[in-house]
Amino acid sequence: MRKVYKLEDLCCANCAAQIEDKIARLDGVQHARVNFLTQKFTLEAEDAQFDAVFAESVSIFNKIEPDCTVIR
Amino acid sequence: MRFLDSLSKRQRRTFVRIVIALAIFAVVALLPLDSLLSQPYALWAEFVLFLIPYLIAGYDVLWKAARNIGHGQIFDENFLMSVATLGAFALVFFPDAEAHMAEGAAVMLFYQVGELFQDYAVGKSRKSIADMMDIAPEFATVMREGQQQEVDPYDVSVGETIVVKPGERVPLDGLILDGATQLDTAALTGESVPRTAKAGDRINSGCINLTGAITVQVEKPYSESTVQRILELVENASEKKARTESFITRFARYYTPIVVGIAAALAILPPLVLGQSWSDWIERGLIFLVVSCPCALVISVPLTFFGGIGAASKVGILVKGSNYLEVLSQVDTVVFDKTGTLTNGTFNVVAIHANEGVSPSDVLQFAAHAEAFSNHPIALSVREAYQGAIDESIVSQVQEQSGKGVRAMVEERLVLVGNHALMEQEQVPFQACELAGTVLHVALDGAYLGHIVIADVLKGDARQAVLQLQSAGVKRTVMLTGDRAEVAEAVAAEVGINQTFAELLPEHKVQQVESLLAAQLPGAKLAFVGDGINDAPVLTRADVGIAMGAMGSDAAIEAADVVLMDDRPSHIATAITLARKTMRIAWQNIIFALGVKIAILILAAVGIATMWLAVFGDVGVCVLAILNAMRALRVKQVHKG
Repeated sequence: MRKVYKLEDLCCANCAAQIEDKIARLDGVQHARVNFLTQKFTLEAEDAQFDAVFAESVSIFNKIEPDCTVIR
Repeated sequence: MRFLDSLSKRQRRTFVRIVIALAIFAVVALLPLDSLLSQPYALWAEFVLFLIPYLIAGYDVLWKAARNIGHGQIFDENFLMSVATLGAFALVFFPDAEAHMAEGAAVMLFYQVGELFQDYAVGKSRKSIADMMDIAPEFATVMREGQQQEVDPYDVSVGETIVVKPGERVPLDGLILDGATQLDTAALTGESVPRTAKAGDRINSGCINLTGAITVQVEKPYSESTVQRILELVENASEKKARTESFITRFARYYTPIVVGIAAALAILPPLVLGQSWSDWIERGLIFLVVSCPCALVISVPLTFFGGIGAASKVGILVKGSNYLEVLSQVDTVVFDKTGTLTNGTFNVVAIHANEGVSPSDVLQFAAHAEAFSNHPIALSVREAYQGAIDESIVSQVQEQSGKGVRAMVEERLVLVGNHALMEQEQVPFQACELAGTVLHVALDGAYLGHIVIADVLKGDARQAVLQLQSAGVKRTVMLTGDRAEVAEAVAAEVGINQTFAELLPEHKVQQVESLLAAQLPGAKLAFVGDGINDAPVLTRADVGIAMGAMGSDAAIEAADVVLMDDRPSHIATAITLARKTMRIAWQNIIFALGVKIAILILAAVGIATMWLAVFGDVGVCVLAILNAMRALRVKQVHKG
């Protein structure tokens, strides 16, 4: 499954790269992209694990860039 | 103030804070503290006074740094800036150090100014790309129960009839049922001259209806419309990273920890081992921290590619990913498919040479019937030339032979229509023709009737396209065609193509491209340009596949890496030039940002660089790199009219 989420207040390009890197390494993630320029988060993961992976991704966002919100 | 209006709420708050902090900073800096107070009170007063603008400007940075450390997140920008500036203040505690409070406050101030500007510039270029892609229709006027209703284009189903008034954007793809008008296709193709459209023509969403009201029968749901496909394509383009981009991200991952490590070593080792001044070496370490953020690179390089893709889409060139932009910039060989790319692909019968005792109209009549069911452009032109009605009931057992022609029974008689290969295969003696063009031989029950000469018309800018490619640095142009060698040579000579391979069957085109690929020099890339019909395998096989005239062709958009919305071959050179420019800007930024940072690191290590220089090396470089990246957004309209 592949979903695209909007991001709000992602204002550090380097953090975006770090977040992307961390999420891409999660179990069950096929592809992850945190796009600083379009302010979008694309997550592609196994259907069964998607919700769990998404929740983990959000906590990575909160940890690295607490000001940024992922809009569901 | 217009500048203030264009800021977001958050940016405006930061801006006000910076102005206040800057004012206080200026007052404090001008205060004659030394003459008002005796030492050490003057020093302490200075310390406290500079803390005020420092905290006003940078309290959020300090707060974020503290919070992120709580999350186990060190080495972020906030942390580095906090340590560097607090360190500058803390130097006052070393008895032998000079005062650095002003620098600490100023560094924070400039950092915030730079961050604000950076945020503003990124937002601005994001917006200008969004504006460029503002081709989505807001509503569709649909006819329901005899009434006109304005609805969301999403809610219109296939088969419904919509009305598009002058000045409105065409919301969905369809067929014009009634009316005639001029269409502005600039948003899709970059073409500034309006296009005429009348009943019976297909129309693409995203165009603007200029002169007359038209009714259109919807042929595709909105989710599959031209507009939606273009938007998706451009949106997804920045998902595919160029190699340069991935390199920068990887580089950034190592750069910061290494620089921070050296900073720590610089601050601690020389005083500890060699017994040198602590304050001096700590200051050098702090300067390292300030330039350790790779932001200039991490923002400006993707921004450059983003801008390049945006600029290309503005002139009707859709690049499917930053990686293809990179490949395009390295193209040294362009392989064209002839028909539909260099030529219009609309064939006309230019001559009918009948054998002795045969009337030319018979030749045409049998050919038109044998080709009755074919959609090949040549078949269409034959049927067009044949004025009479075609009786499909007398045609049977039609066999199309790829690259050769067609074999069919017409009125129980065997008709062969095709090139010399077909005649040779069926062992029919035939006459060659001197005219340049596609020659269709016609045979009836094994006897030769004669041939029809069909010629394709060269595109107006075909020659210019090849010349432009050469001046853009393309070394070799190659043409592939299924057509006869004489025709191919004639076309090649007229447009200035270097090399031609003629009489190729579709499957041979892939082989030909493969052998050309094998002969390429390392690092040089090969582009294949086709019209997307029958050449999908070749488009995928080439380093970069370019499909042209793709408005409305799903197959081409699917198979190609670069899609030219209109069918002008001169756009290929535009695409390559844009790609080269984008790459040039990306590398300028990489070299500039790294060069300045490394220079400052060296100067800092030997004790020449100041904190001021370091701030320039961080935010100054970043701002300059962003400004440079924004150049990629600008595009010159190559052709007019």
